[in-house]
Amino acid sequence: MPKVTIDGQTIEVAEGTTILNAARQIGGELVPPAMCYYSTLKGSGGKCRTCLVRVTKGSEKDPRPMPKLVASCQTMVMDGMEVASKSDPSVVDARAAVTEFLLINHPLDCPICDQAGECHLQDLAFEHGKSNTRYEFERRTFEKIDIGPYIKLHMTRCIMCFRCVFTAQQLCPERVHGIIHRGDHAEISTFIEKSIDSEFSGNVIDVCPVGALTDRTFRFKSRVWFLNPMDAHRDCPTCSGKAVVWMYGGEIYRVTARKDKYGEVHDFICNTCRFHTKEKGSWTIEGPRDLDRHSVISQNHYEHGEKTVR
Amino acid sequence: MARKLLLEHAQVPGINTYEVYRKHGGYRSVEKALKTMSPDEVVDEVKKSGLRGRGGAGFPTGMKWSFLAKPEGVPRYLVCNADESEPGTFKDRYLMEKIPHLLVEGMITSSYALGANTSYIYIRGEYSWILFILEKAIAEAYANGWLGKNIQGSGYDLDLYVNIGGGAYICGEETALIESLEGKRGNPRIKPPFPAVKGLWQCPTVVNNVETIAAVVPIVNDGGEEYAKIGIGKSTGTKLISASGNINKPGVYEIEMNISVEEFIYSDEWCGGIKNGKKLKACVPGGSSVPILPHFLVCKTANGDTRMMTYESLADGGFATGSMLGSGGFIVYDEDQCIVRNTWNFARFYAHESCGQCSPCREGTGWMEKVLHRLEHGGGKMSDIDLLVDVAKKIEGNTICPLGDAAAWPVSAAIRHFREEFEWHVNDPKAAMERNYGLVNEKVNA
Repeated sequence: MPKVTIDGQTIEVAEGTTILNAARQIGGELVPPAMCYYSTLKGSGGKCRTCLVRVTKGSEKDPRPMPKLVASCQTMVMDGMEVASKSDPSVVDARAAVTEFLLINHPLDCPICDQAGECHLQDLAFEHGKSNTRYEFERRTFEKIDIGPYIKLHMTRCIMCFRCVFTAQQLCPERVHGIIHRGDHAEISTFIEKSIDSEFSGNVIDVCPVGALTDRTFRFKSRVWFLNPMDAHRDCPTCSGKAVVWMYGGEIYRVTARKDKYGEVHDFICNTCRFHTKEKGSWTIEGPRDLDRHSVISQNHYEHGEKTVR
Repeated sequence: MARKLLLEHAQVPGINTYEVYRKHGGYRSVEKALKTMSPDEVVDEVKKSGLRGRGGAGFPTGMKWSFLAKPEGVPRYLVCNADESEPGTFKDRYLMEKIPHLLVEGMITSSYALGANTSYIYIRGEYSWILFILEKAIAEAYANGWLGKNIQGSGYDLDLYVNIGGGAYICGEETALIESLEGKRGNPRIKPPFPAVKGLWQCPTVVNNVETIAAVVPIVNDGGEEYAKIGIGKSTGTKLISASGNINKPGVYEIEMNISVEEFIYSDEWCGGIKNGKKLKACVPGGSSVPILPHFLVCKTANGDTRMMTYESLADGGFATGSMLGSGGFIVYDEDQCIVRNTWNFARFYAHESCGQCSPCREGTGWMEKVLHRLEHGGGKMSDIDLLVDVAKKIEGNTICPLGDAAAWPVSAAIRHFREEFEWHVNDPKAAMERNYGLVNEKVNA
């Protein structure tokens, strides 16, 4: 089993583990942020470049450092590898640069965005962003599109992580969802704006790190931080039936899949559970869900004053 | 007259037909390789020749070939990269148009060396007419027993196909090319695994430039050692240079890599000097993605040595005072040309051609293009210049494929060497625009 040292902490991991997953096994501050990698989607990752790290020692056999920063979600650990994550200023610089690049065409419409509070880009900007922008041109905008009766696509907010494309390819039987155009005018689209009608299409909402894909049955109903997330389950013939119901009082406002610490879903849920089962009686409520993701929503930092805001 | 290995018969009438090509010694390398050499011996000859990849990176071809994984029972592929899209480069187009059989011959010999039974030529969408030239040459080769089953009774089988791309610069990147060849969107793959291990259809694949594959023909014919005698140091053999810009004789030239840059620009044998007797201002020696050189660094390196047309000499001084031979797209600028406008033009190209997969390149190339557009059109600010340097630095090295680097290098090099001109565009945009549109001379005449 290869041993890897990340920011001074050594861990032994299974053969074929990526640096990012090894870092997640250690946990804490040294875990690189990831906007496009999604452990349950095959082929995802390598695109957003936020998880860049510096490999200062290749391996025990070949100790040469790697010449460039590498995407930690794609690079396998070797025995004796040494990695600098947050401890290397050039890595922090590169992440700040990527954050700036992701934000130049982002509308920053968080006050009216349903994703606000659980948005990965918000978290990334919170940690690595600057308070003002150097970009002085008109931002790229698109018309909002309804893809089917349940999903709203707001391309203007998209950061092109490709997660929804992989979801559509891997969970839905027919390929209906992909990328058109290229460069900074590339956009996510369905085949000539046809609706996605697979029973698992709703999962593209959960994998979206930003507010580009939102739940039309929940749009503008409530801010996520006013809702109480509860673990719940039901007998579902299609999916595992394990979900999180977001409640206000006795009412279920929305249903999502269960996300782990890094915002990743391991049990994808079906559209019936997500969009059609909003009566409290249909669910067995297990208890409040603990959100340990270090996002704005889980921190509750604002009421504690300055010192706890990182 | 310099020796020509590739373009020797390019001007012979009818050389694009099989009969004429065969009469001028065509397909000798295939005969020699199949009948007298083992595949490994061909690879050894290429190693001895010191041939370096002609697509731009200059990686030793023999070494690349020896990296090819050879697992049992898995097919191997040779893919020829004819997606020549680098602005300023048009050598492969000339070679394929004039002597298509040279490429076909090179493909057969190289495929034999690599043990590939199926090979592809991936040609860019804009070269649609060359597709027919190549297909005709391949049909002739099949008809005469140089392709297909049991080539010339040797027991070696090879099928050669031409595939036309959709016209994207990014498909010149080898993994994007492979994706496109598989029928997918041409997005570069994340490396490793390299194509030599997992390439086309997850099988070991070698991707080589047209000129590299054509150069295998003289190497097999005359021997690798003979080829290595031409040139200086690690830059062996001949190189096709696409010369363009403000010179008297633009065109494709085959040079031995032992002449100086000065000779290449001013000698009547090559470019024939700067047009209209003007002065040299700058030169991009290897296609639009390599750093631009100001006039005082074109003919001499920073140490005062003569700059030669070789990989090493052009790269002398690193990016601070050097450049790269790249793909040999040699662009010359005279004193009237605007570096800011030229840089904007390049940036516009890269912004248009970025595949949009990774964030720094997708957003950064578009941003640089917008800032340069503003500078060129009179709305620039002094802080824009440093902003460009900073954005370029943040793209460079942080992307999946080299397109990000290719977009960043020309911008940072132009500012490094021509900062005053950028500042002039900020301070006196009217005068700068008048010069760029040729209005200065009109005023004088009026």
